[in-house]
Amino acid sequence: MKSQPVRFYQVGSFAVGNRLVDKEERTVQSDASRSNALDSGHRACQGCGEALGARYALDAAMRATGGQLIAVNATGCLEVFSTPYPETSWQVAWLHSLFGNAPAVATGVAAALKVKGKRDVRVVAQAGDGGTVDIGFGCLSGMFERNDDVLFICYDNEAYMNTGVQRSGATPPAARTATTEAIGSEPGNSFGQGKDLPRLAMAHGIAYVATATVADLHDLEAKVERAMEFHGARYLHILVPCPLGWGSAPCDTILMARLAHETGLFPVFEAEYGVVTAVSSIRRYTPVESYLSMQGRYAHLFGEGGRPDIVARIQAIADRNISTFGLLQESVVGVGPETGSQ
Amino acid sequence: MKKLPFAITLEVGSSHANRTGSWRVERPVYVDRVPPCNNACPAGENIQHWLYDAEPGDYETAWRRLVEDNPLPAVMGRICYHPCETACNRAQLDEAVGINAIERFLGDLAIERGWTLPLAGIATGKQVLVIGGGPSGLSAAYHLRRLGHEVRLVDSAPKLGGMMRYGIPAYRLPRAVLDAEVERIVALGIDVELNHTVSDVERERREGGFDAVFLAVGAQLSRRVEIPAGDSSHILDAVSLLHRVAENDPPLLGRRVAVYGGGDTALDAARTARRLGATDAVIIYRRSRERMPAHADELEEAIVEGVTVRWLSTVSRVEDNRIMLEKMRLNEEGFPEPTGVFEALDADVLVLAVGQDTDLSLLEEESDIAIKDGVVEVSPAMMASPKGIFAGGDAVPSERTATVAIGHGKRAALGIDAYLAGHDLVDPPRGELATFAHLNTWYYADAPRTHRPELEVARRQGTFDEIVGGLTEATALFEARRCLSCGNCFGCDNCFGVCPDNAVIKFGEWEKYEFNYDFCKGCGICARECPCGAIAMIPEQT
Repeated sequence: MKSQPVRFYQVGSFAVGNRLVDKEERTVQSDASRSNALDSGHRACQGCGEALGARYALDAAMRATGGQLIAVNATGCLEVFSTPYPETSWQVAWLHSLFGNAPAVATGVAAALKVKGKRDVRVVAQAGDGGTVDIGFGCLSGMFERNDDVLFICYDNEAYMNTGVQRSGATPPAARTATTEAIGSEPGNSFGQGKDLPRLAMAHGIAYVATATVADLHDLEAKVERAMEFHGARYLHILVPCPLGWGSAPCDTILMARLAHETGLFPVFEAEYGVVTAVSSIRRYTPVESYLSMQGRYAHLFGEGGRPDIVARIQAIADRNISTFGLLQESVVGVGPETGSQ
Repeated sequence: MKKLPFAITLEVGSSHANRTGSWRVERPVYVDRVPPCNNACPAGENIQHWLYDAEPGDYETAWRRLVEDNPLPAVMGRICYHPCETACNRAQLDEAVGINAIERFLGDLAIERGWTLPLAGIATGKQVLVIGGGPSGLSAAYHLRRLGHEVRLVDSAPKLGGMMRYGIPAYRLPRAVLDAEVERIVALGIDVELNHTVSDVERERREGGFDAVFLAVGAQLSRRVEIPAGDSSHILDAVSLLHRVAENDPPLLGRRVAVYGGGDTALDAARTARRLGATDAVIIYRRSRERMPAHADELEEAIVEGVTVRWLSTVSRVEDNRIMLEKMRLNEEGFPEPTGVFEALDADVLVLAVGQDTDLSLLEEESDIAIKDGVVEVSPAMMASPKGIFAGGDAVPSERTATVAIGHGKRAALGIDAYLAGHDLVDPPRGELATFAHLNTWYYADAPRTHRPELEVARRQGTFDEIVGGLTEATALFEARRCLSCGNCFGCDNCFGVCPDNAVIKFGEWEKYEFNYDFCKGCGICARECPCGAIAMIPEQT
C-alpha cells in the first residue's frame, strides 16, 4: 500500500501559528521577532481593526522586502492615533502626507529612489477609506494610470471615523453615520451610491488588485507578499471593522470582518491586469441579518419598527456578490489522512 | 529628547511612554479549563495532554503521560466504553475524537517497543496487601509502588487480570496484550501470590504485618434466579461459561443457546456461544432495547454477528430442549409487568447472566465495615474501615467497568498513601469545565473521524480472533490532531497575532505567552479568537 505523509494540522491553516508545521509555512504574525511595524502605545480605540490591519500588512511587506520599505501615510485615524507629537508607534520608515495626496507623495518617493538607483527599497502608501475613495482618489487614479511603483493599501472602515463617523464613499447602504442619520423612510446611507474601489482599480488595468480582511491573516499576508512580486502600481483593499463607528463590541472586531466575508457582503478576491484570478470561498455561510444585527449602525433595521424590507435589500446585495464572484463554490474538498490535502 | 538625524522628527519606541493599559476595565488571563474528556474519564487520565504530546508524533512522551494515571492503555484502548468520546466537544462539530483508538495505538506501540513504566518511588518502608489482581487491584498496586510502598498482590486465580482475563472474551481483548501489560506492572517489584484465596482479611493482615489493605475482590459470584426446571443440567451461568472458555475448557452448549439478561455479560455470553458453534444465540431480556443496561456498541456488534434478542420476555420455566417465556409490558414507571401471554423457545441450554455479586465472606470478622446491597461502603478516599482497609472496583458501589476499577485503584492508592502518612486525602481544586460555548471552532479544519478496521463478520464465527483492528501511525496521528484541546492552550499563536496593541508577549517556540498589561487595553479580541477557550476576561479590581 502506498503511504502518504499526514498533512492535516490541528487547526488547518486558519490560526495565526501552528507548532505542527514548518516555520516557513506559518504567518509573519506568529513570529516572535516580527517587525511590529505599528508598535504598542498607539492611541487607537479598544479593538481597533485598522491598527491590526496596518500591522498585518506592513509586517508582511517588511518580511517580503527584507525590511527595505518606506511607508507614506495619508491623514486619517491611522496617522492621528499613531503619531501624536512627540510620540510615534511606527517601527518602519514612515512619512506623513496630507489627507488627499498620499499617492502623489508615494509617487515622488518611488521616483526619488529610482533616481538614486535604490531598486531594492520598496514603497507602500496607506490611507483610510476617506483618504482613498474620496479625498485622495484623483491622486490615486493618476498613480495607477502612470503605473508608479507603489503598493497602495486602503484600510476600509467604511466611514470617516476619526472626525466623528461621517459618511464616506465606502459607507454601505442603510448604515447610520453622523451625516446619514437613521431617520425618515430611507434611514441611514442611501442605496445605489458610493464607490467600489477595488473594481475601479481593476479598471485601470494595473498589475495587481486584491481585497482582504483582518479575519483571514494567511490570505492577507499572501496577498501582500504577492503584491511585492510585481513592480508598478498595485492596490490592496483591506476591510478593518471599527468598533466605534460600527457600534460593534471591541472584542468582535475579527468576528465582524469574518462575517462580512461569510455573508458575501465583502467579496475577498484577487485580480491581475484587470481580471479576477482567485476568490476566497465562504467556509460557513451566514445570512446578512446576523452580521447587521450585531452592529449599532444598523440598529434601526431591527426590533420594534424594524425594517425587514431593507435587510432583504442588503441580503440581495450579498446574494449578487456570491453569484458574481462564485463565493459558495466548493474549493476545499474533504480533508483526510489519505487525501493528503491541508 | 536626544538629537535625531536629518528630517526625522519622532524617535522609534517613543509611543511606549503612553501606557494604554490604564484604559482597561477588564483584563485577559490565561486559564486551564477542564476538558470534557478528562472530566469524564473514570480512570482520571489527562487525555487532552497526552493527545497534545502525540500530535507532533512524540508517542513515547504521550504514552508516559498516559501511564501516569492508567498503567493499562493497550487493554483500555480495547475494552473501555470511552465516556471521554461521549463527552468530546468535537462531537458537536463533526464526530468525537477517536480517543480510545489512539490510546490503543499508544499502548500497542509501547508493548512493541518495550517501553517500561516509571520506576518505583523511594521506599517508605510501609507494606500494603492488595487482595484481587483485577483492574482495580493492579492499578492500586502500580500506584502504591510508585508512591514507594511495598505491595503484596494476592489472587485466587492461577493468573492475574481478574475479569479482564476470566470475563472479557479474547475477541475483545487478546490475552497476549493483557499479559504484556500485567507483566510490566509486576516488574515494578510487586510480590505476587496466585492461587491464594483470602478467607479472613484480619488474619492475613496480622500474619503478614501489613500497614494497610486494599480489597479488590470484584464481583465473581453469578446471581441466581429461581426458575422451575425439569433438569437443571440445562442451566449454567455466564460467569462460569466465560471463565471456562478463558481457561480453554469450554462447556458443551448445543446448537441453540438462550441467554437470560440484558447486561454486557449477557452479550459476551451470547457472542461467545456463537463462536463455540451455536447456530442460534438468543438473548432474553425483560425490558425494551432503550432500557437495556448493556452498551449500545456491544449490542450492535452482537446483532451483526447473528445474535437475536427477545425483548420484553422473562423465563417462566425450563423444559427439555424448550424454554417457556412470558411476554412482559412496561408500566408507566417503565417497570416490566407480566402479561400472562406465554410462548415457547427451542433451546438446548439456558445461560444466566442476571448479575453478579461480591463474595465478602473474608470480611466476616470486620465489625466496622458497612456492607449495603452486597457491596462495601467506602469514603471518597475509598476507605472502608478507619483501621486502614480500603476497597474498590466491583466490590464497591459503582458502574462496574474496568475503567472505573482502574480509577478506584489509583484513588485508593492515594487514599492509602495519605492514611499511611497520617492525614486525609485532599483533592486539588478543580477548574471550570471547558464547554463547547468556550470554543471558537471557526479555526479548526474540517476533518471527519478515522474509523478502525473491523474483522469481517463471516470470519468471526468459530474464532476468538480480535475483531477490532488498530490504527496505523498515519491514521492515529491524524486522529490525535483532530483534538480541539478544549480549555488548554496548544500554542496556536492566535492571541499573539490578533492583539491590535502588541500586548501579548511570545517567549519562543513551545513556550507559553504572557500579557503585557502595560499596553493591553482590554478589548477582549484575544479571548474571543482563542480557538480552545484558554483565555478568560476578568474585571479589573480598581
